[in-house]
Amino acid sequence: MERKFHLNSPLNAEAARSLSAGQEVLISGPAFTARDAAHLRIARLLEQGANPPFDLNGALIIYAGASPAPPGRIIGSIGPTTSSRMDAFTPALLEAGLAGMIGKGPRSQAVNQAIARHQAVYFGAVGGLGALLSLRIKNAELVAFEELGPEAVYRLELDGFPVRVLTDSRGNDFLSSLGIRDRMAQIP
Amino acid sequence: MRTISSDQITAAVRELCLKAAFELPEDLKGLLQRSLSTERSEAGRRVLEDILENARIAGRERLPLCQDTGLALFWVELGRDVSLTGCGLQQAVDQGVGLAYREGFLRKSVVRDPLRGENTGDNTPAFVHLEMTDGESVRIIHLPKGCGSENMSRLAMLYPSAGAEGVERLVAETVQMAGANACPPLIVGVGIGGNFETAPRLAKKALLRNAGQRNPDPYYASMESRLLEGINLLGIGPGGLGGSTTALEVFIEVHPCHMASLPVAVNLQCHAARRAFTVL
Repeated sequence: MERKFHLNSPLNAEAARSLSAGQEVLISGPAFTARDAAHLRIARLLEQGANPPFDLNGALIIYAGASPAPPGRIIGSIGPTTSSRMDAFTPALLEAGLAGMIGKGPRSQAVNQAIARHQAVYFGAVGGLGALLSLRIKNAELVAFEELGPEAVYRLELDGFPVRVLTDSRGNDFLSSLGIRDRMAQIP
Repeated sequence: MRTISSDQITAAVRELCLKAAFELPEDLKGLLQRSLSTERSEAGRRVLEDILENARIAGRERLPLCQDTGLALFWVELGRDVSLTGCGLQQAVDQGVGLAYREGFLRKSVVRDPLRGENTGDNTPAFVHLEMTDGESVRIIHLPKGCGSENMSRLAMLYPSAGAEGVERLVAETVQMAGANACPPLIVGVGIGGNFETAPRLAKKALLRNAGQRNPDPYYASMESRLLEGINLLGIGPGGLGGSTTALEVFIEVHPCHMASLPVAVNLQCHAARRAFTVL
């Protein structure tokens, strides 16, 4: 079994460049939750030349909307949502300094190219492990868009959050390397 | 005639929502456990172990198995010798859903308007299918349905010439296109026949079956087994990271249809295949 690599956020460019598609990584440090509605708002702010609700430079975004924290807990269940829903917004966010994303599933070619252009990195977490992953969150605080409920932006403090590099800083795509599409033709 | 009050329905619905959100069904745990010994990829086996560990944590800590606690779907089988008192059925179910999602700290994922948004705040409305049955009991089945798998589901109006081969091809293609997005290993619900509206309902209802419960018609039972085998050759694997466990079950439901039509719906369900039922 390969040894897991420990990575801190905010990401520095050198650390991001050292990662390869398929590699397992444990991330510690801040990550901001943002999904469909928050992306739409951030994209509009960027278009207007306004500041997004958190500093995008070197930032890590996690595509997630946690369940509410029960009393005595930091956060409820949390896990990645489908990343491709955010594809339309991602190149602009990378342009504005976003360094990494955590989500689920494949990205568009345009996103993978933008990741390579900005030497960013896209990590995949496994979906449907919300209770397990909630134990890897040390802190959660509301940052913006409270009215969006589960789609609001929270600043999370990750603590060894388990992910895998799905698109590395050279644009290599781990999921397409699995060859699922080719195997379709071989099914009787 | 037996009288059942809407308060009883509300209380039962509340219980079902909480149970489903926190407890992975035992038969599903059995399937996951069994696939641990057949899964060929090391990464895949670790995902399966994590899924079982997640279920232990969720049950113990009363945390949702998945943060996406879904749309709240219900099938209510209402005996015709039951007189329902109090408020209407939809209202009774909505009240139960609202209570459970607030008290259980479940995520509220419903927006009032598909284009203009606005969270309804209590995960209502519930999606209620009413069926009339004989007798004087009420059976309520609950399925919280997350959207990762729902978004990757498909309906196709095939021509009859496509035949069994065309149907199987569509099912395999749907799973292939879903990849990691649908959170494999999957339960694959297939509805064949009916029309544009019934095929998806059949596919959804197929997801309510217990592990190992084959279609009673041997023709479709063998199609279920053949599809399961074929899907597991795709190599998507647990979590979409590669492996031989892409689906745990394929369930097919069929219905008569127009001679010129072959509707096929494929409703994917993630590995957090939550469901619960009760009888009043």
